[in-house]
Amino acid sequence: MIGSLVLDPLQRLGRAGTEAVGALGRFGVFLGQALFWLTIPPFKVGQGLQRVWFIGFRSLSVILLTGAFTGMVLGLQGMLMLQRVGSEAFVGPLVAIALVRELGPVLAALMVTGRAGSALAAEIGVMRITEQIDALTVMALNPMRYLVVPILVAGVITLPILTWIFDVVGIFGGYLVTVKLFGLSEGTYFGQIRTLLSTTDIWVGFWKSLAFGVVVTWVACYKGFYVGHGAEGVGRATTEAVVLASVLILVLDYLMGSVLP
Amino acid sequence: MSGPAPAIKIDGLRKRFGSQDVLRGIDLEVTPSELIVIIGRSGGGKSVLLRHMLGLVRPDSGRVVIDGQDVTALRGRALDRVRERFGVVFQGGALFDSLTVLQNVLFPIKEKSGLPMDTIMPRAKEALAQVGLADMGHKFPAEISGGMRKRVAIARALVTEPQVVFLDEPTTGLDPILVNSIHHLVVELHRRFNFTGVMVSHEIPEIFRIAHRVAVLHEGRIRVVGTPPEIEGTDDPIVRQFIHGEMESDGT
Repeated sequence: MIGSLVLDPLQRLGRAGTEAVGALGRFGVFLGQALFWLTIPPFKVGQGLQRVWFIGFRSLSVILLTGAFTGMVLGLQGMLMLQRVGSEAFVGPLVAIALVRELGPVLAALMVTGRAGSALAAEIGVMRITEQIDALTVMALNPMRYLVVPILVAGVITLPILTWIFDVVGIFGGYLVTVKLFGLSEGTYFGQIRTLLSTTDIWVGFWKSLAFGVVVTWVACYKGFYVGHGAEGVGRATTEAVVLASVLILVLDYLMGSVLP
Repeated sequence: MSGPAPAIKIDGLRKRFGSQDVLRGIDLEVTPSELIVIIGRSGGGKSVLLRHMLGLVRPDSGRVVIDGQDVTALRGRALDRVRERFGVVFQGGALFDSLTVLQNVLFPIKEKSGLPMDTIMPRAKEALAQVGLADMGHKFPAEISGGMRKRVAIARALVTEPQVVFLDEPTTGLDPILVNSIHHLVVELHRRFNFTGVMVSHEIPEIFRIAHRVAVLHEGRIRVVGTPPEIEGTDDPIVRQFIHGEMESDGT
């Protein structure tokens, strides 16, 4: 009796531990399998393009909106801060570097997670519980190739593009506030950006957006693929996909930020 | 059993999910070109048994030999080569939501055969016509009724002219008239294509009219296998109770 009182929680803890390690392993193996199938023809180009449309084009409006407002806020706060020290000439580079290195890739990825990542997790989850994934499998058509690889490729293609759009729109948002509202000269704003924004900054942003493209689609596909039972399972998978992808994006942003030049 | 080598031979198949012993040693032989129906209580492991035959679930022990190959031991391409001879009708139809009805039927041949569209399109249209849905090709699965979805699933399963067809409760959720029409369709298509058919069902007594043999799954084992008259006339109290219980509850 007393033995079981001590052992039961221990057993439960052990089981939870092994389950967590197992899930982590499955999560890694899932990406490994997808990368393997990425190298084996035939490639599902049509599927990939459809996903580019879904992840990329249909995220465009939210990227334009958030990009513009992020740039405007950066311009506003930067201007108010830099005016105090008389360095408002540098507001352009402040806006541009913050956007290109950090906020562009991160916020674009978070927006795509919320809009497309959740939808993808739900779509794949429904395909799993309605046996559509099993149907692919028994047709001897690999669901990795037909479903996951096109999504992953679309993520890697679209996120850098969406990030660039976010950056450019953001810089113009900053321009609107600092030049049109605060009366900073246009030449100063863009001139300082040209002088201080380096190609390294642009590369850092690019590598981040590439990595986030993998993270968003990988997490969404994985959570959908290993969905629980019924509608509740799909709901949970969707939520978990958004939470996990968002956390991973922020963690990875810090890690990459500290490793990249 | 004498006669031709079995199309499917299941040997001592066991599967446990957590603390639940679902399959406790299944032995079953399916003869080529026969239509065998597996019946049993719902939640009794019928679908799990079928998923083992499809290589979707791996057993704890035992074998499923199809055309001389143990599908429980195969992986990757080797398993795919066996599956290429399968046609499967899943419980809910499992049609691809993003494709139209015609595209769904076209899908397996388009992806597998590599033949030009003008060769495979007539085949897909013909398959759709065979299930009486020739004019529904442009609709999406969400736009048609449950009975129609099952018919499309049957058309999709048969379009590749498979040697073995698995049907997982193809009539679940349909009214009695539709149940009969689906059964009639299965029999007619079986007569035409002469495939080996394995159907999981709980439609008692309707399946006695279409099955060549019936296998009763009870508590993780095949309790009895036989022709419909043999099963209906059995002395086994559990099977009698099951069949007659189902018939009574069906009648009420």
